Amino acid sequence: MSLDGLGLRKLREKVAFGLLRLAMLVVVGALGGILLHVVLQGAGVLGWRFLTDVPREAMTQGGIFPAIVGTLYLTAGALLVALPLGVSAAIYLSEYAREGKTLAVVRLGIGNLAGVPSVVFGLFGLGLFVVFFKMGVSLLAGSLTLGLLILPTVIGASEEALRQVPSTFREASLALGATRWQTIRKVVLPAALPGILTGSILGLGRAAGETAPIMFTAATFYSLRLPESPFSQVMALPYHIYVLATAGTHIEQTRPLQYGTVLVLISLVLGLSLFAIIIRTRMRRTKKW
Amino acid sequence: MGPAALSEPNRLHGSKTRREKWIQRFFLAAGGFSVLAMLLIVVFLFKEGIWLFATVSIPDFLFGQAWYPTYDPADFGIASLIVGSLAVTAVSSLIAVPLGVAVALYLAEVATHRVREWMKPAVELLASLPSVVLGFVGMVVLAPLMQEWLDIPSGLNILNASLMLAIMAIPTITSISEDALHAVPRELKEASLALGATRWETLTRVLLPGALSGIGTGVILGMSRAMGETMVVLMVAGGAAQIPSSIFDSVRPLPATIAAEMGETPFGSEHYYALFAIGMVLFLITLGFNLVAAHISRRYQQKGASTL
Repeated sequence: MSLDGLGLRKLREKVAFGLLRLAMLVVVGALGGILLHVVLQGAGVLGWRFLTDVPREAMTQGGIFPAIVGTLYLTAGALLVALPLGVSAAIYLSEYAREGKTLAVVRLGIGNLAGVPSVVFGLFGLGLFVVFFKMGVSLLAGSLTLGLLILPTVIGASEEALRQVPSTFREASLALGATRWQTIRKVVLPAALPGILTGSILGLGRAAGETAPIMFTAATFYSLRLPESPFSQVMALPYHIYVLATAGTHIEQTRPLQYGTVLVLISLVLGLSLFAIIIRTRMRRTKKW
Repeated sequence: MGPAALSEPNRLHGSKTRREKWIQRFFLAAGGFSVLAMLLIVVFLFKEGIWLFATVSIPDFLFGQAWYPTYDPADFGIASLIVGSLAVTAVSSLIAVPLGVAVALYLAEVATHRVREWMKPAVELLASLPSVVLGFVGMVVLAPLMQEWLDIPSGLNILNASLMLAIMAIPTITSISEDALHAVPRELKEASLALGATRWETLTRVLLPGALSGIGTGVILGMSRAMGETMVVLMVAGGAAQIPSSIFDSVRPLPATIAAEMGETPFGSEHYYALFAIGMVLFLITLGFNLVAAHISRRYQQKGASTL
């Protein structure tokens, strides 16, 4: 009888684990399905001309070169803002901060900044950078907005990387008479650098794919020219997808271009993420300490 | 390391010590920058949004059901927009919470090492899918399918938006829940198995209760993400400012309203201020979610076997 009971319990386990596996397959299947669909639909459009030409014939023909360049500029600008700030904040958190009120407030700030909806970042960027600082709708305003948006990501990744540097490294350096800053600059930072860069790449991917924060701060519907200065408006891949899919008068006609743009954006964003994940896995395997 | 020892004054290296102090202050300022950014966000949302309340009362704004911002006279009631946001958040949670937690359980306790090595990056990649891409897929692929299969007037509705939002929320829920499951002390699991419990019984009666606060945090952060997400609801939720009566109805959630209308709104108009006021509401709602999540993770943290 007890064996029957055990048998029943084992059976229940089997069924339950089967359901969990099914959930995993559903989630991975969703990712796979989306990727496969976009690749199949978009691959035909992709070509040298699509990548290097400007939009033509009311955006029903031609390519997306200005949008690619715009997204690269915006993303690079965001990183320029977020990397120095984020790494410095992480150095504070990992190397200087002690338990207490100040640290609690700083952590609360970072945690809540990470939870601010992207469209609110857009409003904020509009209010502060575009209007108050009179930057106008521009590459600069968009980069600053995106930089703030990815700041928590960069801080989180950098702090984790700094914390993984063994304390013996620091102690050895301090014991040799180095000051705390010398220790951080010459010992801790170099050891944490690969981890910091990996995290930054993840932030980069996020910045490249965001739409709402740049809608009112940087993006323009249509531009034949590449941005000439930080105060130019720019086209951007995510915004281009949104515009072609919703606002055009030739929605059906531009469908192939939409898929092509989605494929380019996904390749860029997932490529960056995949790159970061692979480096991280490899680093964990070969870590010297 | 012993940081205190180094900040002690040192007569020989007075200037060096002073320099170290300034460097420390610099990094404190960098750390505090996020707090400043939060404050600035609050200031700039309120600075613009507050002007709406010169002409519209707060109850009329929050509870009014008519959103006709471009009519004359205009109506700025956002009740239907709030309900729209709550609807997509609730329905997407119904989909994302069971799936997200199940995936976490699978990754933490069932999957072999090899499977986990592949599946964890897959979940991370899902998290990095740009929202505009999910909006596009919902609009171009799912909506026509839904319209045909379910025989409904439009595939752009609560259900479609919720499915796409669920895809965005699942990675958040999964990764935080999985961390929480791993944080449950190993000896609890081993004790349960040693008593003859099956792995499934151990999972549901020992690991799951032990990780509950972490899972709760993940669920709330996932919901907060769904609530604040813009592009999916902008492209897929349909956009009608109405109180929905079924999941096949079209809604106009708060973020979608801001994103759709800000482009055509004259700077400094009543409508412009109203959109900032909506931003305030959205900000406060998600801030509430995040504070609750932070509270749960602090308050109910499993600190070791002894607190069970």
